Amino acid sequence: MSGTTDVVVIGAGQAGLAISALLGRSGVGHVVLERGAVANSWRAERWDSLRLLTPNWMTRLPGLRYEGDDPDGFMTTDEVVDLLATYRRRIAAPVVTGVTVDSVVPRVGGFDVYAGWERWSSRAVVVATGAASTPRVPEVASELPDHLDHLTSLTYRNPDQLADGAVLVVGASASGVQIADELARSGREVVLSVGDHVRVPRRYRERDIHWWLDAIGALDERIEDTSDARRAMRSPSLQLVGGSPPRDLDTNTLSALGAGLVGRLVGVAGSHAQCAGSLPNMLTAADLKQTRLLDRIDDHVEQHDFASEVDPPGPARTEPTRSDRHDTRPEALHHRAVGHRISAPPSVGRPLTRRTGRGDHPRSRRRCRARPVRPRRAVPTPAEVGLHRRCRS
Amino acid sequence: MTTPTTETIDVPSVDNGIDLDALLEAREALTADPAAAAFVWTATCEWVNGTHSRTTIEPYYGLGEHHQHRQAFVIDGDHPQTFASEDNGATPTEIALAALAGCLTAGVASVATRRGIQLRRVTAVVEGDLDARGVIGADPDVRNGFGGIRVRFDIDADASRDELAAVVSQSQKRSAVYDALTNPTAVTVGLA
Repeated sequence: MSGTTDVVVIGAGQAGLAISALLGRSGVGHVVLERGAVANSWRAERWDSLRLLTPNWMTRLPGLRYEGDDPDGFMTTDEVVDLLATYRRRIAAPVVTGVTVDSVVPRVGGFDVYAGWERWSSRAVVVATGAASTPRVPEVASELPDHLDHLTSLTYRNPDQLADGAVLVVGASASGVQIADELARSGREVVLSVGDHVRVPRRYRERDIHWWLDAIGALDERIEDTSDARRAMRSPSLQLVGGSPPRDLDTNTLSALGAGLVGRLVGVAGSHAQCAGSLPNMLTAADLKQTRLLDRIDDHVEQHDFASEVDPPGPARTEPTRSDRHDTRPEALHHRAVGHRISAPPSVGRPLTRRTGRGDHPRSRRRCRARPVRPRRAVPTPAEVGLHRRCRS
Repeated sequence: MTTPTTETIDVPSVDNGIDLDALLEAREALTADPAAAAFVWTATCEWVNGTHSRTTIEPYYGLGEHHQHRQAFVIDGDHPQTFASEDNGATPTEIALAALAGCLTAGVASVATRRGIQLRRVTAVVEGDLDARGVIGADPDVRNGFGGIRVRFDIDADASRDELAAVVSQSQKRSAVYDALTNPTAVTVGLA
């Protein structure tokens, strides 16, 4: 199918459908090209337990707001798919599914959009493919030993998908902490590699954090208003999880579950992952940023005479990150190379466990049987690399 | 969504001896011309006797050309008498700690100035733990390098404790030596 129209919208998700609704309202001719089905990434690229990070009352589209009986709840991925599919029917969006756009080429007066043998010509193109649809796999992932499975947050589904053994989760923003939490609760040994992250409590002074971000105007800030746009754009997503009842999920939560914390994954030396020694500063910086945000919320309450309606600030604050923990877990960390070393030799059963004492890998190696090397299971990683030992002792 | 943590910075005038305008101009210039940002730092070390060596630092390369420091700086390195040496200079491990402290302190001054914080006194005490069984070859499982490094800043300035903690945190994010010590670096050593 090919054709000529005013606007080509690429992607039939939240943004693409919203644009379609507005264009339709204004009588602007358009087509929405979608590589899969409507809400494709919500159908095909999300893990099973994921819920939206934003409460239901925040989920809005042009002409549609949440009217269910759980405004403070968090939608499952299936519910998001239903919502978007229903919305598409309601607005009669001209979606063409199963069309993967290969390129957009500017020409006089507009663009040619190529998808396989099809070509769409338009005056304007709206790219609505999502902010995080391509896994950003750290370069070091290419050096990971072949016998380790690695997958990205786009291909991870649930703990049962992984062969037995410990897991290194790389990245401590929403996806990373949620996957680490789920794996730790399933009984896995988990080590979380922590870089820059933004720690926020799920609720503060009786309100959801997103309620506060909306109230203090943080969601109205435009990129033009920031002092350093590039820095703002690189800012990590909020460390949050949606669910009922609402709960905090941060590195303290994970430490309490027995997960180990290490710095950013920066290299692979043979069978050892090398992690940056900057973990303490990452934790401190996240605490300081959180304090500044909560101070800003407190100021807002003060200025708007709102104090009688919400809890007082003091006890509602989450406790500081316990950054001493990672140093007290020598069984999980080996201080032999630059930064922290994770003992992760090829055929090791459980080198990170307390049973083996100090993560002493030569001894651990003797304890386990070698296993045949199998090819990597999945495309390497984005924000999260599952570095996963496929060996059973 | 932009996160709520991006600050807009108004800069009150403070004098910490940092030329803030020049730094901000340099950042813009190097953003526009990345080739100019390629610096090469050089140190030349001569063996004197025993474990005593003398390192001279004078030329460096950057902004597309060769430069000289205003004067040659000389650093003596040696091992202490504890190691049956003559103690003619600081141990190279201490010089590494000095490099870290100097780099972080320069960062503290720059970041504080950027944030309009007047500094009166900044003291950094750096401690590096080292298990000497590594370098002496007594235990192959003990690493040669530091097991851990602690830096404690004592700062007298017109700012809250959290503001100063944020300055110290940011100085780590912008420090070359902190980066070099906390991340792996490819080091090639060969004969001339």
